[in-house]
Amino acid sequence: MSQQVQDQELSGDPEGGEGEPPLALLPLDAWHRARGGRMVPFAGYEMPVQYEGIMAEHLWTREHAGLFDVSHMGQLIFSGEGVEAALEALMPADIAAAKAGHPVYSMLLAENGGILDDLMLTRRDDGSIYMVVNGACKWDDIAHFREHLPDEIEINYLDEHALLALQGPKAAVVLARLIPGVDALVFMQGGLFQWQGHDLWISRSGYTGEDGFEISVPTGAVEALADAIVAAPEAKPIGLGARDSLRLEADLPLYGHDLDTETTPVSASLGFALKKRRREEGGFPGYERIMAERETGPILKRVGLIVDGRQPVREGAAVLDAEGSEVGRVTSGGFAPTVQKPIAMAYVPVAQSVVGTKITLVQRGKIHTAEVVQMPFVPHRYVRKGA
Amino acid sequence: MSRYYTEDHEWVEVDGDIGTVGISEYAQSQLGDIVFVETPDAGKEVSKGDDVAVVESVKAASDVYSPVSGTVLEGNDALADTPELVNEDPEGDGWFFKITLSDASEVEGLMNESAYAEFVSKL
Repeated sequence: MSQQVQDQELSGDPEGGEGEPPLALLPLDAWHRARGGRMVPFAGYEMPVQYEGIMAEHLWTREHAGLFDVSHMGQLIFSGEGVEAALEALMPADIAAAKAGHPVYSMLLAENGGILDDLMLTRRDDGSIYMVVNGACKWDDIAHFREHLPDEIEINYLDEHALLALQGPKAAVVLARLIPGVDALVFMQGGLFQWQGHDLWISRSGYTGEDGFEISVPTGAVEALADAIVAAPEAKPIGLGARDSLRLEADLPLYGHDLDTETTPVSASLGFALKKRRREEGGFPGYERIMAERETGPILKRVGLIVDGRQPVREGAAVLDAEGSEVGRVTSGGFAPTVQKPIAMAYVPVAQSVVGTKITLVQRGKIHTAEVVQMPFVPHRYVRKGA
Repeated sequence: MSRYYTEDHEWVEVDGDIGTVGISEYAQSQLGDIVFVETPDAGKEVSKGDDVAVVESVKAASDVYSPVSGTVLEGNDALADTPELVNEDPEGDGWFFKITLSDASEVEGLMNESAYAEFVSKL
């Protein structure tokens, strides 16, 4: 028996090749190992891919609450005169109109409109901008910001902060027991909270499609906080494997797989992130190409697929046209534990992107058939009104 | 009856000239949740070391190699709808296929149970 294709999370280590620096350890490294976490290289770190098993952890998160350590992600603070306009020059977000404390999804764009990274940014009461970027991209992102932002904008990398995510229908009850008041937040709203004398920045957001929170915590306090959370009977630590299957079911693209410099916000079906004022005024990289794609349609578009049968069709499989020519590709795929079917995200020609279209795929010489479906595969359960 | 193992974590249980093939307890524990198994059709001629079956977990796809040469008698049809049998009982109900051995002496190159246990303990 030998492995032919590794899961994208397991192989998704753009920073861990030969000649690269050794893998970094998370602040919770020993904590994960003590709980049976199987550690794998990801984004330059040794990270837990699973504890008891991906399927069980996935289903637990959908039913109860799962604690994810996402401290590999880059947490940045931008400050200085004109910070909003300076950042708007690099991405299509309407930062000026963003309500303080409310995270906004956006993308760092290249000059040709390709996606350099996707991110969440939050305007804070003091006028600074808190941003979370992908772990595998963070060093390139910081270099990009330093090159393109004016000198008066200060970039502060929060390397003394860990990031936890507590996700699932029981997340609010678990976290509110420790930190009263967090359950008053609504989806895509954040606030500053205190826990045992530590400042925590908590937002009601996540990467699973479930209700939940993301918690920025000083590294000195993260172990005690993680212990306090998993002491609740509703909460368990969850690895990267289930994080990947949860986000795939929730139509949340993964940078480096579903998004990269070859894709644009339009082809990636992320047009919601192109805010109205920015579409009208422009002033972000790739503006002309992106607006042209909005008008006439991109060549390829990201869609969701349900694959016939039981065999997973994974990243790298080709999308074929009627003549058998390769016209697109699968960018994420696997057996979906909640859907109980193989599902995928793929880039397909726009003419084939309509829900209900039959798609032919080939993987390792074998033909598979699939159908374009509406995403998300599992309905989002965000809490838009406070409890 | 004797059971033999490969370094690639297949097992074959030999009874006369009939072998039953599967993957080991160690292999299933490494793979994690198995969601799909493809077994060979009856009548297929295979040589020792051929990739004859596919096993897919949530996280990865793997080839399964035949530990012996011969002709496939039957695949385990139960795995089509209940691939999790491989997790639950890899060295029993989760067998992959039965094969008529063409060269019974091939098993001499494989490990017995204690040698395989020793091999796995060093991984």
